[in-house]
Amino acid sequence: MIKVENVIKNYGSVEALKGVSFEVEKGQLYGLIGPDGSGKTSLFRILTSLLIPTGGKASVKGFDTVKDYKSIRKIVGYMPEHFSLYMDLTVEENLQFFATVFNTTVEENYHLIEDIYKMLEPFKDRRAGALSGGMKQKLALSCALIHKPDVLLLDEPTTGVDPVSRKEFWDMLRKLKDTGLTTLVSTPFMDDAELCDEVALIQNGNILTIDTPANVAAKYPHKLWKVETENNYKTLKALDNFEEKISAFSFGHSVHLATNDNVPEKAIREHLLKSNIKVDKIEPIKASIEDVFMELMR
Amino acid sequence: MKSFRAFVIKEFKHIFRDVRTLVILFGMPIVLVVLFGFAITTEINNAKIAVLDLAHDNYSHRLLDKISSSGYFNIADDLQSYSEIEKSFSQGDIKLAVVIGENFGKKMINEKDADIQIITDASDPNTANIVSGYLTAVIQAFTLETGVVKPPKVTVKSQMLYNPENKSVFMFVPGVMTIILMLVSAMMTSITIAKEKELGTMEILLVSPLKPYVIIIGKIIPYLFLSLINAITILLLGLFVFQIPMHGDYLLLLSEVFLFIVSSLILGLLISAISDTQQAAMLISMLGLMLPTILLSGFIFPISSMPEILQYLSDTLPAKWFIIIIKSIMLKGAGIKVIAFETAFIAIITLILGILTVKKFKIRLE
Repeated sequence: MIKVENVIKNYGSVEALKGVSFEVEKGQLYGLIGPDGSGKTSLFRILTSLLIPTGGKASVKGFDTVKDYKSIRKIVGYMPEHFSLYMDLTVEENLQFFATVFNTTVEENYHLIEDIYKMLEPFKDRRAGALSGGMKQKLALSCALIHKPDVLLLDEPTTGVDPVSRKEFWDMLRKLKDTGLTTLVSTPFMDDAELCDEVALIQNGNILTIDTPANVAAKYPHKLWKVETENNYKTLKALDNFEEKISAFSFGHSVHLATNDNVPEKAIREHLLKSNIKVDKIEPIKASIEDVFMELMR
Repeated sequence: MKSFRAFVIKEFKHIFRDVRTLVILFGMPIVLVVLFGFAITTEINNAKIAVLDLAHDNYSHRLLDKISSSGYFNIADDLQSYSEIEKSFSQGDIKLAVVIGENFGKKMINEKDADIQIITDASDPNTANIVSGYLTAVIQAFTLETGVVKPPKVTVKSQMLYNPENKSVFMFVPGVMTIILMLVSAMMTSITIAKEKELGTMEILLVSPLKPYVIIIGKIIPYLFLSLINAITILLLGLFVFQIPMHGDYLLLLSEVFLFIVSSLILGLLISAISDTQQAAMLISMLGLMLPTILLSGFIFPISSMPEILQYLSDTLPAKWFIIIIKSIMLKGAGIKVIAFETAFIAIITLILGILTVKKFKIRLE
């Protein structure tokens, strides 16, 4: 449904995309995972025909993003990174406007947005600018869906949204997937990635890896430990001269330590005790996508 | 067609829901017209002056009566000696001091040549010129009246055609109308498009089946409509509040107004095509459009007294020609033949800008 072949995008001397390729099948919920500045937005703008790639080519439902830009603009539903609706129009007016612009009516495609819009209905006379972040994002999704697009392109839809709304939003995306909609969604949150059918990890304009979330996590090549101590910083410092260490990163209240396979827990504990660090807990864990990402970026 | 209608309705909602836009659209024209019409004026009324009468005879008293009864001057200070003149200027807000020479009456009768000195405050040269001009006229009228001094053989009688009383409001109303139309059409249009770019809504509009020309025309129509309303409001104010005569054809006048609005709207579109934020659009409109229009169109400063380069520059401004057109139609009753050149000029500029704008409109983000 979406095909990106060796796409390069330069802004002057800045290389935003350095030859990106991937493919999204019909009906997939595809995640583009990467930190800010990794080139996600550039890629979305190329796919929506807003930017012309410097090299390579991309197509959506067989339409070339440069040549057939008019056809593409009829079949995609696009939600840009920043909330882009009319703040001074009400919820209902925004929805109606975008429906009319796409030559359809709210009534005709109401079934598509019913689940989402039901939550917004009590506020339908409120101006979009006065909505909360989560509500704004639901409205933006409704507006992007109202013309029954073949492909949904969502650029960082969950950035700046509270955790509850974020979860609700992903539930909606899963439901939409069940109707057969193809969705490409980008996010800087690694835990969002686990909810996709397939993910591409992107960093500095390069794709690091492409696989299902489970396989990506399984690809982690080392043994991983979760180390809980009184102080992450001291622990990291102490691990600097731990011979068996491959990598160590701070993860919330604990440190994720990668080691060679045959290292026993005792070795780690003893090393830390030597540095006078009180160890609360050391346990082996399964790698998450974030661990893989850190490993790939290393 | 349906999406076009929805677009125009959306534009109107933007306008009517934004208090600031509304104030600029409807408050500004009225404030500006009233301000220029009443407050900012080059006419002299009750200007304060000081008098040093060294003669104190019958004639000098008659002259002073004449001056104070003219309505232009108000004798605020009666001085006793030359040394007080300077003080009077620095202390009071007098615009001018007049000194009547010794033996004024006697000299008038016997020598047919008496002396009057006019001293003005040239720190404000325009006013100084105007008040001394008015006073000279009053004194001349006085000498003729007395019959003592025979008028010279060559009499120059100037007549002010089309504006016999030299009312500045006749000049200001067309000027203000030009500025308002520029403001509403060019600046507001450029800002509203830049706003869509800034807020990111342009990104969604572009990724929709809406054709670029639908977006452009949909943006223009509300402002075209509102500009026309503004123009008519200003005209009505001019006609009924300031008593500007209307000797020409209303239909012709309105068509010319329409042409000028279209040319300003297209200028606004062009500005929006090169600016990505509302602030940039506003700055470019202010510096690139409003200032030249105010300074170079002949609205405030006479074009004939500008340096040659600026005169050529002012020739390229549609605003200059529009002011000429308005004045010709209203004050002189000119028909289309008289203003054909000016009209054609605006039309051609509009066409060129139009082509440029269509070429510049981006169907993408870069």
